[in-house]
Amino acid sequence: MDDLFLLLLQLLGATIRVATPLVLAAFAGMYCERAGVVDIGLEGKMLAGAFFAAAAAATTGSPWLGLLAAMAAGVTLALIHGFACITHNGNQVVSGMAINILVAGLAPTLAYAWFKQGGQTPLLPSSARLPSVEMPGVEALGGVPVLGAVYRELVNDTNLLIWVTLVIVVATQWVLYRSRFGLRLRAVGENPSAVETAGISVTRLRYQALMVTGALTGMAGAYLSTGHGAGFVRDMTAGKGYLALAALIFGKWRPVPTLFACLLFAFTDAVQVRLQGVPLPGIGVIPVQFIQMLPYVLTVLLLAGFVGKAIAPKASGIPYVKER
Amino acid sequence: MVQIGLGKGQPGAVPGWVGYALLPLLNLIAAFALSGLVILIIGENPIKVLSLMLTEAVGYPEAIGYTLYYTTNYIFTGLAVAIAFHCGLFNIGGEGQAYIGGLGAGLVALALTGWPWPVVMVLAIAASALFGAAWAFLPAWLQAKRGSHIVITTIMFNFIAASVMTYLLVDVLIRPGSQSPETREFDPGVWLPSMERALGWVGVTIPQSPLNLSFLWAIACCVLFQIFLRHTRWGYELRTVGRNERAAVYAGISPSRNIIIAMLMSGALAGFVGINEILGVQHRILLNFTGGVGFVGIAVALMGRNHPVGIVLAALLFGVLAQGGGQVSFEYPTINRELVMVIQGLVILFAGAMENLFKPQVEALFRRRAASADTAGPAATAGRG
Repeated sequence: MDDLFLLLLQLLGATIRVATPLVLAAFAGMYCERAGVVDIGLEGKMLAGAFFAAAAAATTGSPWLGLLAAMAAGVTLALIHGFACITHNGNQVVSGMAINILVAGLAPTLAYAWFKQGGQTPLLPSSARLPSVEMPGVEALGGVPVLGAVYRELVNDTNLLIWVTLVIVVATQWVLYRSRFGLRLRAVGENPSAVETAGISVTRLRYQALMVTGALTGMAGAYLSTGHGAGFVRDMTAGKGYLALAALIFGKWRPVPTLFACLLFAFTDAVQVRLQGVPLPGIGVIPVQFIQMLPYVLTVLLLAGFVGKAIAPKASGIPYVKER
Repeated sequence: MVQIGLGKGQPGAVPGWVGYALLPLLNLIAAFALSGLVILIIGENPIKVLSLMLTEAVGYPEAIGYTLYYTTNYIFTGLAVAIAFHCGLFNIGGEGQAYIGGLGAGLVALALTGWPWPVVMVLAIAASALFGAAWAFLPAWLQAKRGSHIVITTIMFNFIAASVMTYLLVDVLIRPGSQSPETREFDPGVWLPSMERALGWVGVTIPQSPLNLSFLWAIACCVLFQIFLRHTRWGYELRTVGRNERAAVYAGISPSRNIIIAMLMSGALAGFVGINEILGVQHRILLNFTGGVGFVGIAVALMGRNHPVGIVLAALLFGVLAQGGGQVSFEYPTINRELVMVIQGLVILFAGAMENLFKPQVEALFRRRAASADTAGPAATAGRG
């Protein structure tokens, strides 16, 4: 019984670690999609964040400069996306795609030229990685039956960015539904001309939303290479940006459901690692690939309207052209 | 000269070639200028690298063979994206459809050991089309009947295809006793003949390269594409739906039917990548043989303005990049293959997403010249646009 409980806790711990970059990226996508800008370039921005965080941390030795570099890279790419889609009314999907391909090439190219380790960055010492937070009183609570174990396994020794992510989740819920910026953001994604009529610049709002998107995706990348990992490796994001996009849709572009979608997808990943080659009673061994594709299948089912209904912001994907 | 495109009740219009030749060229120049900057940042001479790239892609017969082999893939995926575009759909799933199409071609080749290659070729073409189309069917049906956004569903289907293929190659189709996840090699008798071999039959000698007969099929697809789209009733209906769905409904054309038809054809065209890669070059089914061709297809279709001639030219450009870029990495120790993706990404960004970047300036330039050419003419007063 104790073993099973511990296993469950470890599974939940793994879920939280896997979910963190997903949550950051999905919430990043929420800001721009609620503002009416479709961004399939989450993947590319995340990868750029991962690379520049590791590169800056490796050269300066400071994870904080790494985090800053990652967020700057994310914002820069988001602004490029904005320049193409908002200023020049370009196709948002094409622009996102271009950013993904560009970064998938640029990150290993720069890593190859700068660090000469075959497209990786050097292994980071723990001083150059984002620290984990040691909680007080682990010993004292150790004796308490259930709570002690939960505290030790889940709360203690958790990466700083996981806590930051938690704050961002709460803040996003507040910003979107309780702040003036959030109200305008949601309005601009539904009916931009109404917002413009009220005397608020659609262009400006959408750029602001994209900058938040860029900063959060950069943070997600920094978590991957300097928080969870210890350096940048080729194709580090491995489709997590698209998975975050799926979670965002699965969560119907709303903070709390999106959070749970991320946790669900991360949980399937954590379970899949555990289940590799382990036969289940009555079913036998489930090939890992079937568990891996589960998030995508679920999202398709949702989009098909078989599991609830996903309604995108009304103006999403449509360039706003001011009436003359 | 400028006035040829003007007049005819269209004041302020610029000649047609500005839209399909000059603007793409300017975008391309911008993309390559930025690529040069990236090369400069990693400490090499951009002019030298880019010219070496060109030499290694078209400088000698063997290189041309390799370039055309890459071009073949890009023609297929470019056409695939283009036909969906004509129906107003964005098919991002070319990657997955090509992957599954290759499975179809490969299964035929595995099953028909000992059969003559022309028969296998025809059946494999049918199978790759069928498999590719089948993979596009569900997103198409969901878009047509349930309004699920096709961009998202096709992205999801790319990942599902990757998982399915990994499962099949690791657990089902793997050559017994083998460590790497791939099938056994096909019987040499069913391989699609390389261009070198085929031309040898008529007495022409060319150097060996992966270029094979599927290149001719790609060209044939371009012709069929144009005939279907411009000279059949079905093509007309498809384009009508793409242009204006409501008008199509009023004309008695079913949008959902045409959405499904367009996506099936799109999937089939993407599936033909399997003919080139699996039947023509690799001679076995293996992991990730598509390597991003579906995504490059988007760029090809955009640059080629969804027209077969444009698509062939754009595919050629990306073929040159793929071949030349790969070779450059051998010559320069600081450069690796991924530099090609940087250039690809920039070309897509400038030629696709920012296609209107230079439009206002260029159009203003033409209008000014037209205005000064016939002062007091109607064009001078209509410059507001």
